[in-house]
Amino acid sequence: MTVSSDTSMIHAVGLRKSFGSKSGETVEAVCGIDVDVRRGESFGFLGPNGAGKSSTMRMIAAVSPISGGSLRILGMDPATQGPQIRARIGVCPQEDTLDTELNVRDNLYIYGRYFGLPRAEVRSRTDELLEFVQLTEKAKAKVEDLSGGMKRRLTIARSLINKPDLLLLDEPTTGLDPQARHVVWDRLFRLKQQGVTLVLTTHYMDEAEQLCDRLVVMDKGVIAAEGSPLELIRAYSTREVVELRFGIGEHEEIAPKVEDLAERVEVLPDRLLLYSSDGEETLAKVHERGLDPIASLVRRSTLEDVFLRLTGRTLVD
Amino acid sequence: MSSTADDGSGALPGTLIRATWVTDYWLTVYKRTWKGTVISSFVTPLLYIVAMGVLLGGFIKGDPAKLEGATSYLSFVAPGMVAAQAMTTVFGEVTYPVMGMIKWHRTYFGMIATPLGIPEVILAHLGFVLFRVATVCAVFLLVMTPFGVFESLGGVVIAFFAQLLIGMAFAVPIYAFTVGLKDESAFALVFRLGMIPMFLFSGAFFPVSNLDAPMEAFAKVTPLWHGVDLTRMLTVGNIDGPMVLVHVVYLSALVVLGWFWAVRRLTRRLTD
Ligand SMILES: Nc1ncnc2c1ncn2[C@@H]1O[C@H](COP(=O)(O)OP(=O)(O)OP(=O)(O)O)[C@@H](O)[C@H]1O
Ligand SMILES: [Mg+2]
Repeated sequence: MTVSSDTSMIHAVGLRKSFGSKSGETVEAVCGIDVDVRRGESFGFLGPNGAGKSSTMRMIAAVSPISGGSLRILGMDPATQGPQIRARIGVCPQEDTLDTELNVRDNLYIYGRYFGLPRAEVRSRTDELLEFVQLTEKAKAKVEDLSGGMKRRLTIARSLINKPDLLLLDEPTTGLDPQARHVVWDRLFRLKQQGVTLVLTTHYMDEAEQLCDRLVVMDKGVIAAEGSPLELIRAYSTREVVELRFGIGEHEEIAPKVEDLAERVEVLPDRLLLYSSDGEETLAKVHERGLDPIASLVRRSTLEDVFLRLTGRTLVD
Repeated sequence: MSSTADDGSGALPGTLIRATWVTDYWLTVYKRTWKGTVISSFVTPLLYIVAMGVLLGGFIKGDPAKLEGATSYLSFVAPGMVAAQAMTTVFGEVTYPVMGMIKWHRTYFGMIATPLGIPEVILAHLGFVLFRVATVCAVFLLVMTPFGVFESLGGVVIAFFAQLLIGMAFAVPIYAFTVGLKDESAFALVFRLGMIPMFLFSGAFFPVSNLDAPMEAFAKVTPLWHGVDLTRMLTVGNIDGPMVLVHVVYLSALVVLGWFWAVRRLTRRLTD
């Protein structure tokens, strides 16, 4: 059973997820999203806490039943073909589900057996994957003795044990220090080059820019925009941004004085953002006006700016 | 492409096959934990036999007419203790360890991300509980054999299989109860108001006819009484056919109802 190249790996139309709470009202976690992920692409859900990313991922993982709309994974219906779908995807959940009482190798071995793979096959894949995520020397270590980054790599290795067509990564590097994040990114990049379809969620714009060919910006259960990182930046932001830092509480009152210098001005509690095509020129004009910020910075627009434009809020609060 | 043997159907054969894919997990668990269970599973029962059956029993000159066909207090209490041991083993296995799989270690969440579904997860876990009941009760029955408390070999063998049914009659419903719990605070009540009173008053140590009429009626609805009575009939060789049927139907009904309840509650718990 293979999916022809023109079929999408994930096809969702009007996908919804709601949770009934104890008090009776329902929480609408995902409010009708359309998603289409093609073979070999890496696709991201970028959004802040509570955007509905994990709820979406659990539906795609054929674990959580959908509340509305339609969803096809690898051309199959998760409601009726859950085991077949799950046999062909790899899942790296937001919260680790490693068995902390088993050693590193046994975690991979046991998990491989859940797929009904023959013992010898699982053993050889286990060794390969330990090598791939650079945990060979830790094979006998207990999971609880691993660092956060190593645990994450082990979870990624585990999710690859069935040689999945589609890999789902829910916040793969949240909580890791910068160095550990780069190691994880490097591994994911290799998988991407091998042609594995990656779907990941993140609230880090740099992660989305590094890893995603295409992404959706998600907020409060809906998709606010969709495109490649570059397309999104072009569509929703300017080429450059000037960041101005004044004294605390001064930003509101200074904003009107620079409004005409940029295409758009955002007021944040700790700084002003001036969106323009030429940052240096804009900054020079700010100085000409006799304004004297404590600190200033010219940078390129990022997905963070896209998110701010779309939602009026920052990604990481 | 993965090369699993899975046909993906939700049908029973597929479920049974997939449940066996969890065997290596449970083997690893048992390899790690069996040493810790030796005393409670295999040594404590022996101490009970010696203390209650042999030493205490030596003082009891019970009216043979009231011993439900047993020829001595020892042969009366031995089957009661086997059935009670099947029960206590199960209570230990399907309370805290099950909660651990959901809440503390999240092991089940890892399992259901694979082709395994909820029924497979439950089946495999209960299979392990069955294995525990089988080993504990087999050892118990073997240890008691030299005391001359069994009438016939056939009776003991069937009594062994009866322990598996008794074990599951407790295991499945309590498992179902556990998987819906938010935290472990209810377990103290389960043990104090459920297991211990049943252990003491369901006919394992004295005939329930010694109780007041209402208490006796109450004792006779507990699953343990059905288990004890069934086991005793088999080991003392005093079989009442219709009563055997009642016991088997009652205990089987608990297994079946418990199964549907367990699937429903675990589905709600894990896949919301
Ligand atoms: N099992 C549940 N029961 C009730 N409400 C839930 C449940 N799971 C999620 N929610 C709610 O649904 C909304 C979306 O949650 P979700 O976990 O999908 O967000 P997220 O984008 O993954 O956020 P985070 O970055 O914090 O992981 C939140 O309001 C959350 O409280
Ligand atoms: Mg999440």
